[in-house]
Amino acid sequence: MPIEHETLTNFVLPECDGDVLQMHDLHFAYPDGHVALRGVSLSICEGEKVALVGPNGAGKSTLMLHLNGILKGEGDLTIAGLSITEDHLPVIRAMVGLVFQNPDDQLFSPTVFDDIAFGPLHMGVPEDEVRQRVSDALAAVQMKDFGDRLSHHLSMGQKKRIAIATVLAMRPGILVLDEPSAGLDPRARRLLIELLRQLPITMLVSTHDLRMVQELFPRMIIMDEGQVVADGDTDELMADIALLTAHGLEQP
Amino acid sequence: MHAHAFDQYLYRDSFLHRLDPRVKVVGVLALILSNALLPDGSWAAFALVWLALLVANDLSRLGLWFTLRRSFVALPFALVAVSAIFSPNGTPLAEWDLGVVTLVPTNLGVIRFVSILVRSWLSVQMAILLVATTQFPDLIHAFEHLRVPRVLTTTIAFLYRYMFVLTDEVFRLIRAREARSAGLPGKKRGGSVLWRARVTGSMAGQLFLRSYERSERIYNAMIARGYTGHIRTLNPHILTNRDWLVLWAVFVLILVIQMVGWLR
Repeated sequence: MPIEHETLTNFVLPECDGDVLQMHDLHFAYPDGHVALRGVSLSICEGEKVALVGPNGAGKSTLMLHLNGILKGEGDLTIAGLSITEDHLPVIRAMVGLVFQNPDDQLFSPTVFDDIAFGPLHMGVPEDEVRQRVSDALAAVQMKDFGDRLSHHLSMGQKKRIAIATVLAMRPGILVLDEPSAGLDPRARRLLIELLRQLPITMLVSTHDLRMVQELFPRMIIMDEGQVVADGDTDELMADIALLTAHGLEQP
Repeated sequence: MHAHAFDQYLYRDSFLHRLDPRVKVVGVLALILSNALLPDGSWAAFALVWLALLVANDLSRLGLWFTLRRSFVALPFALVAVSAIFSPNGTPLAEWDLGVVTLVPTNLGVIRFVSILVRSWLSVQMAILLVATTQFPDLIHAFEHLRVPRVLTTTIAFLYRYMFVLTDEVFRLIRAREARSAGLPGKKRGGSVLWRARVTGSMAGQLFLRSYERSERIYNAMIARGYTGHIRTLNPHILTNRDWLVLWAVFVLILVIQMVGWLR
């Protein structure tokens, strides 16, 4: 059951009406036989900012790779009412902005500009608008002057922000981030938190950073061993020390 | 994500898996040589080799048709032998006028072509079985025991190691592109051919840069742990009586095959 929160509701998101994401009884096993998801059900409403926490190997990253059809498990999954089929994939990929945990997995072009422009260009956005979107995305992550820089020479924090910019330029309906604050120094982490706070987009963020969760996300989902073990109000779940300990988490 | 595409080793607790890698390497090389020495059209001998291969498949517990299923990957390379069909010896079967040249397939030529095909197909299956039942470090170790120069074995070992690094990088790059290859309803997606080619080109450049940097890091890590130029393995590599027995059995088998092939 989705839980209503006082979130940023004054924004109208494109192409999303009603639930942004609906997942019911999703199962997935990797080709080597390792079972990663054992019946995951969750739904996310427009404007919600949801944290996904749980120990390493709980299935968080696997779950996220399902959201734009990179992995295909068994079960029902719809994004804004569209099921994940070959026909829907292009639209779904425009709607779900997936940012990988390791920015080196995300960035594949020589310059920052090329990387951010890839998504919009592939979608057939006209050139003028592409330029506009790239500079908007760079401004949103506070890296205005980095367009001509080479991606692989940036620092970790910069790479993470550029990785987010590459999907912001596609104007996604939901932003899916895999451990965005991992490996950042305190200042880069603070910049990232402020950035996520300001972005008026529905978000699903997997993380081990429970302090960030407390600060940013009204709703929290705990996953362990391929299943959702808790889904609810962040403050309530954080108060349940027994629950946190049972799933390898520590109260911040 | 990991690339399993080239990792052909399949673990089973079987007779073939437990055999000393040196015996397997020498046996397979001798059998492949024997295949090459069989005369054209010695169908009985070819059948015998295949029978032996099926028995070996069964002994490996990988399934009777395991090597057969994997062998088709290599078959296209055997088509290089297609010119053998037009051997000048033998009775002409037909005449194909292609304007510039006239091709005359002959009966001996066809027999030769099919024989080459069968030989390479059998040999490929033997190599597949060898790689599937022997772990790569053991294989390299066996080559070292057999006095293959260290430069060669080290090069092969590194080639094998970095093949995975390279394919991993390829998969990650492709996945990253895939994740953002979106489209909008009613708009042409994918951009122009020229743009797509440019993106692919820069991805190839990125691939080189990254795998170069990554292999450098891996090499440093190897040096940091005392790597001196050869790969060690925990396998004791002691030839037991059973290993010697198998080696002798292989040579007897080869003798029989050659006799069947030549004494007709």
